[in-house]
Amino acid sequence: MNKSENIFRGIAAAPGITIAKAYIYSKKVEKVQDDPIEDVDEALSNLDEALEKSKKELQKVFSLAVDKLGENRAAIFEAQIMILDDPVLIDTIRTRIRDEKKLPEYIVDDEISKYQRLMDEAEETYMKERSHDIADIKNRIIRNLKKKKWQSRIQNDVVVISDYLTPADTVLFSRVNVRGYVTNFGGLTSHAAIVARSLNIPAIVGLHEATSKIVNDDIIIIDGFHGMVIINPSESQIEYYKDKIEQLRLYDEDLAKLKNKPAVTNDGRAILLQANLDLTEEIALVIQNGAKGIGLVRTEQLFQEYDVFPEEDVQYVIYKDISEKVYPEKIIIRTLDVGGDKVLPVDVKEPNPFLGWRGIRFLLDNMELFKTQIRAILRASEHKNLKMMIPMVCSIKEVRRFKEIVAECKAELEAQNYKFDNDIDLGIMIEVPSAAVMAREYAEEVDFISIGTNDLIQYLLAVDRGNEIVSDLYQEFHPSVVRTIGHIIKEAKVAGNCVVSLCGEMAADTLAVPLLVGLGLDSLSVSASAIPTIKKIIRNLNFKETEELAKRCLGYRTEKEIKNELVKFFDEKLNFSVHKIF
Amino acid sequence: MIEREVKIINDAGLHTRPAATIVKLAAKFKSDLQITKDGMTINGKSIIGVMTLAAEKGSTIYLSFDGEDEEEAAKTILDYFHRGFDEL
Repeated sequence: MNKSENIFRGIAAAPGITIAKAYIYSKKVEKVQDDPIEDVDEALSNLDEALEKSKKELQKVFSLAVDKLGENRAAIFEAQIMILDDPVLIDTIRTRIRDEKKLPEYIVDDEISKYQRLMDEAEETYMKERSHDIADIKNRIIRNLKKKKWQSRIQNDVVVISDYLTPADTVLFSRVNVRGYVTNFGGLTSHAAIVARSLNIPAIVGLHEATSKIVNDDIIIIDGFHGMVIINPSESQIEYYKDKIEQLRLYDEDLAKLKNKPAVTNDGRAILLQANLDLTEEIALVIQNGAKGIGLVRTEQLFQEYDVFPEEDVQYVIYKDISEKVYPEKIIIRTLDVGGDKVLPVDVKEPNPFLGWRGIRFLLDNMELFKTQIRAILRASEHKNLKMMIPMVCSIKEVRRFKEIVAECKAELEAQNYKFDNDIDLGIMIEVPSAAVMAREYAEEVDFISIGTNDLIQYLLAVDRGNEIVSDLYQEFHPSVVRTIGHIIKEAKVAGNCVVSLCGEMAADTLAVPLLVGLGLDSLSVSASAIPTIKKIIRNLNFKETEELAKRCLGYRTEKEIKNELVKFFDEKLNFSVHKIF
Repeated sequence: MIEREVKIINDAGLHTRPAATIVKLAAKFKSDLQITKDGMTINGKSIIGVMTLAAEKGSTIYLSFDGEDEEEAAKTILDYFHRGFDEL
């Protein structure tokens, strides 16, 4: 085979090299097969489990829906819950599984579809909608029946090949030892890419033909540095990459020596270098890589894992565990940020979710959920190393309301004799342009601010980071982005004691680090896997030089000029990089 | 066995909320409830069954109660129909 024939290019979403077998993860609605089954008892218990799981999901949806949609519209969720207990329907399904010995998903599909057909035949238009509702519950049960099967089917040590991956998929795969991800769609900042980076697993996204070119058990090489996928490599290709893997290992070993050294420039400017945490599984890597605490705990994953938002006690245990494992370093916990491209625990379809019900807006509308989380964080704050931060802030009013609610929660906990850190630091994410404009006033209201570049860039440039058609317009080094970050830092410093950090993907872009340091950030928070590299860069910087670099960049009018300046700086001052291996 | 004919009198008809309420009321009694409309009969304790009934304002349906507490069941459920599902 010609050497280049088996090489395909996509977007390099997470670095690293992997050689492993392919596992095709198909998300297409598989046709439900009427396969025969052998173990009827197992099938029945799987059915029970799926019904129970569906019920839990719907109960959460229902209570939120009552709040937000009113009782009449929420009634559909109540009816769906009742369907899961419908004596006629469920008895029939059980009897048929026993008699016909076929897969539960087949029987569920067949039996519920009968009712759908009756509704579709009716002339009244609202009956068609009702049929969709019935389809929803049918699909939910089938999905839960299949989820279990998927989980049991995934093997260890494979490269997952898929159309696209949701955050929930990535969480699912992180449980087994997945060696890499390849997807047809998705961009650099898709959540699958973020999770892959944080778990130190190489990933290629946007490889349009992945699922059509690769079949199960093909041997795959992922080159996460160059966005390359090699299908069924030749001996010499395998040889070449095995050599690179060894060189990378040596490079990582070298970086590991920096573990206990501070992230400080050669002229003495210290940067608090922290890790972002998506999954509690990453804590080991955070500690191993010598992060000075955690600058962003994303709590959305809690929801993904538990399907319903966990109770106060469950959350308390999780936060407390993080607090103790990372102690004495500090940890910033961000309250639930749902909406946008993140999963909403309510089946509300919004025409424009990025401009809709997300972040702090959602939390303030779901007070019980919000207070549950605040109380859990407070209770876990006993060791005084937790801080709390709210996402998507758009007005001072939201910040003040947040502070009031925290005060209320403290009073409640006090009355119940719980111990907590009464001086817990409160902060906000600045990721909406309106908040960036008023950075000074926000900084006066809180103890710290954290710049979330992923959202800030897409709101500032009006570019959907997930939309491939325009994703090349999503530019980290757009002059407006650089100036906005500069503005936020400068204004926040005027306010005084407010700590300014940056926690978006930009902080982990090696090219961006000298600029961000030069703009005056106190702290950077990056994927745990990026810590050693970023630390090495910071230790080789001269703060004075980066300040001058930042000043020059603030003067440019095009992205290209800024990028060229940064590349030049890198070549001259930082003549080491993982890319030198290639 | 008690058999009764009732008219749907609320504007929205037998939509999802009253359907759920009927099933919940029926579940409180030991008696069976059969609901018939346009020649189709369904079990009144089955929510998915009741949801297949398209019953708009003005339509007529037949209820039949059968069991030891049929009188009380009939009284409770007919009353709910007569109140227009509390939507009048």
